[in-house]
Parts: sequence; C-alpha cells; structure tokens
Amino acid sequence: MIKVENLVKKYGNKYAVNDVSFTVGDREIVGFLGPNGAGKSTTMNILTGYLSSTSGTCEIDGHDILEDSNKAKSSVGYLPEIPPLYMDMTVKEYLNFVYDLKGCKLNRVKHIQEILNVVKIEDVYNRLIRNLSRGYRQRVGIAQALIGNPKVIILDEPTIGLDPKQIVEVRNLIRTLGRDHSVILSTHILSEVQAVCDRIVIINKGRVVADKPTDEIGEIYTGTRRLEAKICGNSKEVLNALRSLQGITRADALAEHDLDATTFVIESAPGVDIRKPLFNMLASKNMPLVGLTSLGMNLEDIFISLTNDPTKAPAKKSSGSKGSKGSNAKKTLGYSVKEKND
Amino acid sequence: MSAIYKRELRAYFTTGIGYVFCAVFLAITGFSFSMFTMQYSVGGNKMDLPMYFLIVILAMVVLLPLLTMKSFSEDKKLKTEQLILTSPISLTAMVCAKFFAAYTVFAGTLTVTSVYFLVISKFGEPTYSIIFGYFIGILLLGAAFTAVGIFISSLTENQLIAAVGTIAVLMIMIAASMLNSFIDSAVIRTVLSWISVYSRFSNFTYGLFDFAALAYYFSICFAFLFLTVRVYEKRRWE
Repeated sequence: MIKVENLVKKYGNKYAVNDVSFTVGDREIVGFLGPNGAGKSTTMNILTGYLSSTSGTCEIDGHDILEDSNKAKSSVGYLPEIPPLYMDMTVKEYLNFVYDLKGCKLNRVKHIQEILNVVKIEDVYNRLIRNLSRGYRQRVGIAQALIGNPKVIILDEPTIGLDPKQIVEVRNLIRTLGRDHSVILSTHILSEVQAVCDRIVIINKGRVVADKPTDEIGEIYTGTRRLEAKICGNSKEVLNALRSLQGITRADALAEHDLDATTFVIESAPGVDIRKPLFNMLASKNMPLVGLTSLGMNLEDIFISLTNDPTKAPAKKSSGSKGSKGSNAKKTLGYSVKEKND
Repeated sequence: MSAIYKRELRAYFTTGIGYVFCAVFLAITGFSFSMFTMQYSVGGNKMDLPMYFLIVILAMVVLLPLLTMKSFSEDKKLKTEQLILTSPISLTAMVCAKFFAAYTVFAGTLTVTSVYFLVISKFGEPTYSIIFGYFIGILLLGAAFTAVGIFISSLTENQLIAAVGTIAVLMIMIAASMLNSFIDSAVIRTVLSWISVYSRFSNFTYGLFDFAALAYYFSICFAFLFLTVRVYEKRRWE
C-alpha cells in the first residue's frame, strides 16, 4: 500500500531523513517510533506530499507522490502534529469543507454521519472549533483524515496532549481503523505502539534502526530486566549487597528517599528472574524490601541495543555509584514504560 | 478550488475583516463623493471626478491589504496549510481561489459605490462613458493590487507584516509615476514606468477602453500569482 525507498531529506547540510526505506501492507498498522527530532514528522510530511524529498521515491497505492500527486494524495488521510483546524468554523462547516476540498464523491450526509459515529464527536457537531477542548479538537482532526474513506491514514502523534482516558479511546479508535485502512502512526511512546501496532519501525537521527513485527521488538524490550526497588537500610551497604548478588549486572542508587528507604535501579542479566534471589538475599541481611517495580527498557536503551554500539550499551557499563549516572538514569525514567508486576 | 474560495469568502465575514473593509471603504468613498461631486457642484462647478477616484485608489492602497494579509499567512501560522497542501488540489487552484475570494469582496464593495452615480443621474447628466471607464480601470487596478497583496502574504506568517508590507509596495507602485518626472536616467525611467500602475490608468479616465492597459494589469496579476505559486513550490523543496 505504501512503498518508501531510500528517502532522503536534507535541510542545508543536515539530514532530517537519511536513506529511509519501508513498506506498509494493506490493512496494516505500523508504528513509527522515535524520539523528538528523529525525522518522523518529516517522513510523514513527505509521504503526504506536503514536503518533497531530496531524493528517493514514495509510492502510495501504486501512485508516486510526486509524479502522480493528486491520485496519491486522494488515497491519504493525514492528521499532522498540530490538527489543521479553522477556529472560526463549526465542526459541521469544517468537515463539509474538507469533504469539498478532497473532492469526495460518497454520499455527503451519510459519510459524515458515519465518521461522526466512529470518532464520537456528534455532540459537538454544531459547535465552533475554537470552543472545543484539546481532546475534541484532536478527534475532529482524526475525523478530517477519515473523510473520503482513504486507503491510507497517517497520524502524527495522535495521542499527544490527551488525558489518559482520551488516549485509551484514541488507541481503540486506531485499532478499529486498522480493520479497513492501512495506518501509519508516529509516537515517541513505546507502550503506545506496542498496544496498537502490528509492526514497528524505529527511527533515530533520520535513519531506520529497526523494522520488525511488534512481538519481536517485545523480545528486545524484555531482554534486559530493569527493576526499581525501595530498600530500607544504609544505602552503601545495600548497594554493596546488591552488587555482590549473582545475576545483577548493574545497580545504582537514586537520590530518592522514602523515610529510611532508598530507591535503587537494578539491572539483571538477560533471562534471569532476579526477584526471588533478591528478596531472599535482602531478607537474610535484614534489609527490608518495601517496594519493587519492574521498569521496561526505555527508548534510549532500545536505540543503543539496536544500533549495537557496545561502548554505549548500558549493560556493559561498569556499575557506578550514585552521582552523575544515577541522575542520568532518573532523567531517562521519563521515557521508560512501567510494566505491570506479574 | 471552489471549496477554498467559499471558505475564504465566508471567513471574511465570520472574522469581521470583510465588514470592516466594506464599512471603511464605503465611508471613505461616500464621504469624498459627497465632497467632490455633490457639494462641489452646488456652486455651479463641474463635479471633480478625478479627485473622487484618486481618493478611491488611495483607499484601496490602505484597505485592500486588509483583505489579503491573512490569505496565506494565517494558514501558515495555524498549520491549516498542511490540510490544503496535502489535499488533491493544485497549488495554482489554491492561489487562484484565495485571490478570487479577496477580489470578490473588493469588487462587491466597489459595485455598491455605483449607487452614488445613480443619485447623480437624478440631478444631472454625467458622462457615463467616463464613469464606466473609471470603474473598469479601478477593477483592473484592484486585481493587480490584490495579486500583490496575495504574494506578500505568502512570504510571511505574520499578518501585520503582510499588511504593512503590501501598503508600502502599493504606495511605491503609485508613487512611481510621480517620481518619473524627477528622474533623468532613461533606464530607471523605463523600470519605473513598468511598475507604475497609475500611469496606465489615464486612458480609462477619458472613457476610452485601453487594451494595452488591460494586458498590463492582467500581466501584473498573473506575474504576482505565479510568484505566489513559486513561493509554495520552493518551500516544498527546501
């Protein structure tokens, strides 16, 4: 459905997208994952014909986006990072405008009604867009992308800025869309792609670093186990005890105290479930374990493991004390995804 | 194309800019009309049509940029251009739709001013061919001004810069014909005469239909609209 080959986009001497190739099949949901500034939006803007690539080709439903742009464009529905909404229009006027703009030939009333039902914006249909909340605006943006029933739907960070309930709703909506459309969505949240996508394309610094079905990425994701443990006792003694335990490859103390407990980040070797030995060891040394959370591998770590740069791989780092490394770990927690304890 | 045209036209009247333009334009022209034709001719003078239409043109220089300032700059700022540029519609159609929307508001308002001459015809015998000539000339001049404004709007995402920039450029175009008499260099005079939109106007004021001037105004229009399309094409490739 979508075929991207050797896509390059240069801004001056800087590569925003550097030799990106991937394909998206019919009715496939592909997640475009990468940190901010990785080239996700640029790639999507090229796919939709908003920007032109410096080199490389991009085909949608068999139509080249440059050579045959009108046909390619009419097979795409696009929700950019900032929903392209006219604040002075009501939802009704806006959707009718998009309907005309796209030269849609479906039954107007019926088609728009269907979209309203899918994205659940019927109750704001006659309201001015300027008066809508962030969540509703985002949904009007999605509705706009659905007009004309395009074969391909491209969503740039569709859940950004939404509250948790809305995020769940939008994710469900995307899954529904995947039944009839090919969907590309971009995000920098790992759990999001895992929740909705069939396949994940990970992009970093303009390059594709991984293109795998979701379950395979999951293996990488659980390859290293990271735990966050709250342990009572003298933090130095606890740290020494942790480091001496077999199976632990790294342990750091965070500058986070809860009464007399200190928070530690522990990494275990692949395939080792460290939780039981950890508990037994701490119990025998009378260092009460008051909290244990399993941390997912964060995006940064995944990039490092995927780009196979051994000098940067966290597992190979010699374990250090709290300090710069500890604070570094804390910073990256913002990106990490907490798994449920099983 | 009609979708964008309709939306733009509607937006002039939902945002109020269209009303402000109509009201101020009609106020200025109405006031100067009563000054230079009706009151002036009370003392037995002939009405001063050139003065009236000069004021109409000056009003256009200041007010037309109000209509064109948001044409592209607002789309750029609100990112709504992403919707339009990713729709199956050509850049030329987009530029033309915005041009015609602004031009419709202007031409519509100008048409209202023809009522003034109906009043005149009740009390005297004006030379209709001259009035008609002026109207044609003003409509052509308005099209050229609108195209300039549309082009400048495509260069910036700040509406104020677009408006002030357009006023400045239009003033230079008007002043070019006046500057001409002070300059000796033949080259500069040729250049000035090319951008001098006002000097092309004179034949219309005698009630003559000037095809050269018509071609001139059309080419100004075409050139600036073409440049606007190029601005968008260039941005895509940047």
